[in-house]
Amino acid sequence: MDASLTQMSAAALAGAVAAGEVTAAEVTDAHLARIAATDDRVHAFLHVAGGRAREAARAVDERRAAGRPLGPLAGVPLALKDVFTTIDMPTTCGSAILDGWRPPYDATITRRLREAGVVILGKTNMDEFAMGSSTENSAFGPSHNPWDPSRVPGGSSGGSAAAVAAYQAPLGIGTDTGGSIRQPGAVCGVVGVKPTYGGSSRYGLVAFASSLDTPGPIARTVLDAALLHEVMSGHDPCDSTSVDAPVPPVVAAARQADVSGMTIGVVPEFTGEGFQPGVLARFGEAVELLEALGAKVTEVSCPHFSYALPAYYLIAPSECSSNLARFDAMRYGLRAGDDGTRSAEEVMALTRAQGFGAEVKRRIMLGTYALSSGYYDAYYGKAQQVRTLIIRDFEAAFERVDVLVSPTTPTTAFPLGERVDDPMAMYLADLCTIPSDLAGNAALSVPCGLSPDDGLPVGLQVMAPVLADDRMYRVGAAVEAALDSRRGYPLLNDARGLA
Amino acid sequence: MPGRTDPALVGYDEAVARYEPLIGLETHVELGTVTKLFCGCPATFGGAPNTHVCPVCLGLPGSLPVPSRAAIEYTIRIGLALNCSIAEWCRFARKNYFYPDMPKNFQISQYDEPLCTDGWLEVTLGEDEVAPSGQGDGGPRTFRVGIERVHLEEDTGKSQHKGGATGRIHGADYSLVDYNRAGIPLVEIVTRPVEGTGALAPAVAHAYVKELRDLLRALGVSDVRMEEGSLRCDVNTSLAPRGSGRWGTRTETKNVNSLRSVQRAVHYEIERQAGVLDAGARVIQETRHFHEDSGVTTPGRSKEEAQDYRYFPEPDLVPLAPPRDWVEQIRGSLPELPAVRRARLQDAWGITAAEMTDIRNAGALEEIEQTIAAGASPADARKWWLNELARRANDTGAELASLPITPADVAAVAALVRSGALNDRLARQVIEGVLAGEGSPDQVVAARGLAVVSDDAALNAAVDEAIAARPDVADKIRGGKVAAAGALVGAVMTATRGQADAARVRELILTRLTGS
Repeated sequence: MDASLTQMSAAALAGAVAAGEVTAAEVTDAHLARIAATDDRVHAFLHVAGGRAREAARAVDERRAAGRPLGPLAGVPLALKDVFTTIDMPTTCGSAILDGWRPPYDATITRRLREAGVVILGKTNMDEFAMGSSTENSAFGPSHNPWDPSRVPGGSSGGSAAAVAAYQAPLGIGTDTGGSIRQPGAVCGVVGVKPTYGGSSRYGLVAFASSLDTPGPIARTVLDAALLHEVMSGHDPCDSTSVDAPVPPVVAAARQADVSGMTIGVVPEFTGEGFQPGVLARFGEAVELLEALGAKVTEVSCPHFSYALPAYYLIAPSECSSNLARFDAMRYGLRAGDDGTRSAEEVMALTRAQGFGAEVKRRIMLGTYALSSGYYDAYYGKAQQVRTLIIRDFEAAFERVDVLVSPTTPTTAFPLGERVDDPMAMYLADLCTIPSDLAGNAALSVPCGLSPDDGLPVGLQVMAPVLADDRMYRVGAAVEAALDSRRGYPLLNDARGLA
Repeated sequence: MPGRTDPALVGYDEAVARYEPLIGLETHVELGTVTKLFCGCPATFGGAPNTHVCPVCLGLPGSLPVPSRAAIEYTIRIGLALNCSIAEWCRFARKNYFYPDMPKNFQISQYDEPLCTDGWLEVTLGEDEVAPSGQGDGGPRTFRVGIERVHLEEDTGKSQHKGGATGRIHGADYSLVDYNRAGIPLVEIVTRPVEGTGALAPAVAHAYVKELRDLLRALGVSDVRMEEGSLRCDVNTSLAPRGSGRWGTRTETKNVNSLRSVQRAVHYEIERQAGVLDAGARVIQETRHFHEDSGVTTPGRSKEEAQDYRYFPEPDLVPLAPPRDWVEQIRGSLPELPAVRRARLQDAWGITAAEMTDIRNAGALEEIEQTIAAGASPADARKWWLNELARRANDTGAELASLPITPADVAAVAALVRSGALNDRLARQVIEGVLAGEGSPDQVVAARGLAVVSDDAALNAAVDEAIAARPDVADKIRGGKVAAAGALVGAVMTATRGQADAARVRELILTRLTGS
């Protein structure tokens, strides 16, 4: 098997398949081999669908042989977060309560990937129901960071990010509710994108927090992320919250990779205390680089961003407490204690006690409390008001600047186990990413070097206005190009965790 | 509920003499849209269990609702017909509670932002309903029932509890759930408390649901069949001592599944609550269950320990903002409303309010109107539908409208009688033939050889025979007792197998015997 195939970008692979230089089947086999060789150390996948992947690849090759047109990512393998329904693979959401569940329908994104000839290699690990920042909340054990397997790959889309960083797949799809694409992207040294809310369909995405959940691409290059962004996005009549507007021209923006004339705002609230010095150092250099590339840089205060984390931990749990009520043993998934002596209510309670992990239970209880009569106004209601203030902060900022930037995360990848018993420390990993989830605007994380204090990747977060996703791709691609050219090779070549 | 027995009932007249009832009604109507509220599954009643389902109405993980435009339009129609304001902006909300027949364990409903608010519906009680109460001057009385809200929500599935004595979940061996009904659009219509009904409270409740049913049917938004559950009623009742100026604690009676039950449930609750209050106890705010067979209510879940539904805006749906021009377009397309129509027809037909009530109670308004349109006189149309056809419908347990005879057929029969071609007795045979599928009235007349014998020669022979057979009767008539002719007429009619015109027979007998 040609190992060099796994090193190629999605754009290059698609080009090679289209040109007949390699078959989609060969590309798929190479990646399946890489998974087989490395996943005992990474544990990115919960389910590898080798047979189905080879079939999908053959279909692309036959299509090409028949002279029919191929999409821009036809024949390119992809790692799909196990939160999207797939008719031919299990969908567990990292939870024991859905262990073995086979959905009878495909998510819209699953369907669009198949129609585009993208080869789904399997389903990736995640924090249970996307609640977490490390994949340690997966019922099936954590994934490991390819830079250092003793560290977390971030979460909740840690499996997809780790798979892409480990060259198991050039593309991954995650979901971002509080930072669950950008944070693992940052700590794994890959590109993670949260599109504008409603820009990518949620139909078939098992809900954590409906008003926040946003599917998005994970890739090793900004252009690859943009190509996937265009394939997976667009209006979906099955999702009422889907935006009925053209997909922003993100591929063109990624190719443009030019920040000259742009005004870029630095959020001072996200550069101070509590941030790892090495992270701040790399972030500062990235800002200087943007200035050198012709952007005007200014500081823009967003005073309400500091209330984003507490507001998020009321809104997201509230919605989750309702969304996760359906897991009750009656129709699908785990059923515990149904021995003929127990009532339906007892079976429901036992199943939920046994099937949900500690973090999921914590959030269901938080949310149930926040929505309770007598507490609603003080908690859920107040959090929604904070959300409005954060939206106004963004609107005011985007009147002055084209995009905002900050570090994606306060720290680099932390060691497995370090924050398992300290939920507050775990929640802080999403400090910088949460505002864009609450406001629904677009944001991405692009690698901006290794932290000098621990040699682990640092992410630069670029935040763009609603439906102006293309702007952040221009910035991300410019930073990527300048840093790669300065370094002389892609950042991931320094990842030694699997050596 | 074990360990709790209510004090003895107080007689109704005594109860309403000392207590003032307050009623309120919550009515659920299943809309007759083609598809369910949030998916494309058929919204039709029945079907093999769990065949009208998809990932959305089963609430499968990942599925999302997309609202039906038709269901929203129907709800607005109802709101407009009930004189409501239509919200310019409103939202769906989630009502959270666990129950096995609720696929998501929350119901998509509306909470503090309903689609329609603040309307009214007038109901009129006839003299026959008002008089026995001894209220007012005994004439008809009109009550304006305030409508607090009309909102749209999804229906739940249906549970069948097997093996228990009561058919309820407690004590059952196992339960079956059918999700065909899950997601069918349901409109909830909530009245304001109806004050000042006094002893008429049960009758007002009954008249309100009846008027609402007719209204919904006229709007074409539902088939409103209470027996199939497409119209379901919860009745709130409370009592306060007369003149106290305050409201009592209310109970909410569920499972009230017919118009008659609405009346009986309120009646019973008034007697029961009066008993509780007379005994110095307090009425417990609770849900009660109405039993059709015995006419009593029994306690269900206590509202005081009721669950907290944790309503919050449905994040899977965007706010609903019906454009004003659309609302006005819907308003312009509303049909004539039933009360207006009844008043117009009553006037056009020259009948009394009581006669119109009879027509309405028989469910014959539509049929009679069409029969008149087909050429019959109002008197004939009423006569045939309310007597002969109502009796036959009653015999077979069918509804009038479902009898296999058209208003045009009835008009044709009436015309045959009017022309003298048939008498009433023959006409009944024609109707029997039409109902038996023998064809149109003309075809039945021809096939059965039915016609009034109008040939005097043939009749005179029969008359002579009858006179010869009953000389005693003939003598009485000759002696001036004309009334005795009836016996001879009957004999002639029997001899002609009913095909003679009785009036003509009578004439011939009198001519023969008295020369007049």
